[in-house]
Amino acid sequence: MSISIHSISKTFGTYKALDDVSLEVPNGSLTALLGPSGSGKTTLLRIVAGLEFADDGPGKILFHGENVVSVPAGKRGVGFVFQHYALFRHMSVADNIAFGLTVLPRSKRPPKNEIRDRVHELLGLVKLDGLDKRRPHELSGGQRQRVALARALAIRPKVLLLDEPFGALDAKVRKDLRRWLRAFHDEIGLTTLFVTHDQEEALELADQVVVMRNSRIEQVGSPQEIYDRPRSPFVYEFLGNVNKLTSPDGAKRYVRPHEIEVVFAAEYDPVTDRIARIQHLFSAGPVATLSVRLDDGQFADVELSRKQLDDLGLSVGDEVAIRSRPEEV
Amino acid sequence: MSDPREVTTESRPVRIALITAAVAVLLLFLLLPLFAVFAEALRRGWEVFMASLTEEAALSAIKLTLLAAAVSVPLNTLFGLSAAWLVTRFRFKGRALLISLIDLPFAVSPVIAGLVWVMIFGSKGWLPPATLEHLLAPFATVASAAAESENFGGLFEGLAAWLKDPKFIFSTPGIIIATVFITFPFVARELIPLMEAQGADQEEAAVTLGAGGWRIFWRVTLPNIKWGLLYGVLLCNARAMGEFGAVSVVSGHIRGKTNTLPLHIEVLYNEYQFSAAFACATLLALLALVTLGLKSVLERISGHAAAGKH
Repeated sequence: MSISIHSISKTFGTYKALDDVSLEVPNGSLTALLGPSGSGKTTLLRIVAGLEFADDGPGKILFHGENVVSVPAGKRGVGFVFQHYALFRHMSVADNIAFGLTVLPRSKRPPKNEIRDRVHELLGLVKLDGLDKRRPHELSGGQRQRVALARALAIRPKVLLLDEPFGALDAKVRKDLRRWLRAFHDEIGLTTLFVTHDQEEALELADQVVVMRNSRIEQVGSPQEIYDRPRSPFVYEFLGNVNKLTSPDGAKRYVRPHEIEVVFAAEYDPVTDRIARIQHLFSAGPVATLSVRLDDGQFADVELSRKQLDDLGLSVGDEVAIRSRPEEV
Repeated sequence: MSDPREVTTESRPVRIALITAAVAVLLLFLLLPLFAVFAEALRRGWEVFMASLTEEAALSAIKLTLLAAAVSVPLNTLFGLSAAWLVTRFRFKGRALLISLIDLPFAVSPVIAGLVWVMIFGSKGWLPPATLEHLLAPFATVASAAAESENFGGLFEGLAAWLKDPKFIFSTPGIIIATVFITFPFVARELIPLMEAQGADQEEAAVTLGAGGWRIFWRVTLPNIKWGLLYGVLLCNARAMGEFGAVSVVSGHIRGKTNTLPLHIEVLYNEYQFSAAFACATLLALLALVTLGLKSVLERISGHAAAGKH
């Protein structure tokens, strides 16, 4: 089920949280809303879910072409996973997952044994077999997250919305769960929209990345497009790992650390190169990072493989020539 | 804690001095009075003790106290739940003012809380009994008619009689109103910080899962606040039964009629009937002990629940 968002605005008091935002989320895609805190990404997600109302006006939200703006949250067929999971802490895992089915009107409610079967099917799907009797507080963060996911999926939602799905997890679990969620999405093929402030997460996980800033959408595209062709200095910088350099002619240029080549100072080519001195050298791990000071006093980070570093035999204080084709923004 | 090598501890003499002082204060100010109440009550024997509790005026005072609590506790439970839900789940103009107003009965002296009602319903007040009788006359007619119906007329007899001669001051309704006012904040005060801390996440999750308001309340909100709610109800009840000041102002101390248990004790005491006064006081002391006992049980249970919350 595709989601189309048409000129949605949202004002809290005098603060404009969303300013005329429009977005297409293709059917079956995994789309990331990426932005710093306060950019409006969570507000947009909550409006899609029906947990928040958009300002009156021409704004529309279409699920597969059908306007759902006046449909209450409970009837939108949306699965929502909260940042801190919001599990019902007085209920067992099984009761949590079954909740959405047990609150259906009597005429639509499946019989008890069907609910039980569905709960077990979902537990299997999220790889939590056998934990049905546990209480939320007896689970790890990653397990809770998957219970929240199973609970949201129990009602067979048309779209899945996740608010900072990995925000409350530690780095190791976060990485594992990220891969798992990607595979999971490919398996069930549900249109999914998730919010994150972590650019690495968005780029690795999503089919489509929506970069938000100051209540507006800054750029929409595939991770590749966003990374290779940032449309604004903000996107460039927000995706991280970028050197912002001023050329002798005064133009601002952005260049990523891995796009800079390091050669011996003796091979200096005045047309393409700058002379730089190595200030710091971090070489733990497969990629080494050099922090260099250019002849005009600017600093830049350079990434190169350990092998290159070893071949060059560089150390702190050495003078080198750096070579790049920095993009102008 | 008793490990003398703990870094934050003091030297032995200082510790002994502080502990002695603390125990002395505890004995002198808390345990001794409690002991005195029971000792004094039983000084003239078990028969006198029981007789003091079962005489007509004492029974009537106990009944009135139970009635005042039976009305004010459910009312204020309902009110406290609604108020806490309103101020923790919604942001609106005047919210801060409302929170302050909820605390008003805590802030004003109980005597003032009583005098307010005298000012409104007293014979020289804004709504004196004569005016009230006039205003309520239509209801009195309806109630009298209902009282004469065959099936359940008995239910309306008391109401009809009161509507014909509506009095708040120096009568049971005044005592109930004063008690309701005084015990207004207990449940709300207990629930507001709890519900604020829990946030609306679980309720929102229930909304997205298709649950309606009523079901969310019973299945999500209430189970999460039940121990806090019980705690608030307990404190509310203790105060409703023990309130003296406000009730004293509106009661008029009509023996056997408008005396609650605390007022009855005061009357007995002023009449130098010490054994009887203390016998009745044991009831309030027992109420206090039971309240404290239940409170610590509740704290332990809710502490366990909170520990599992994360």
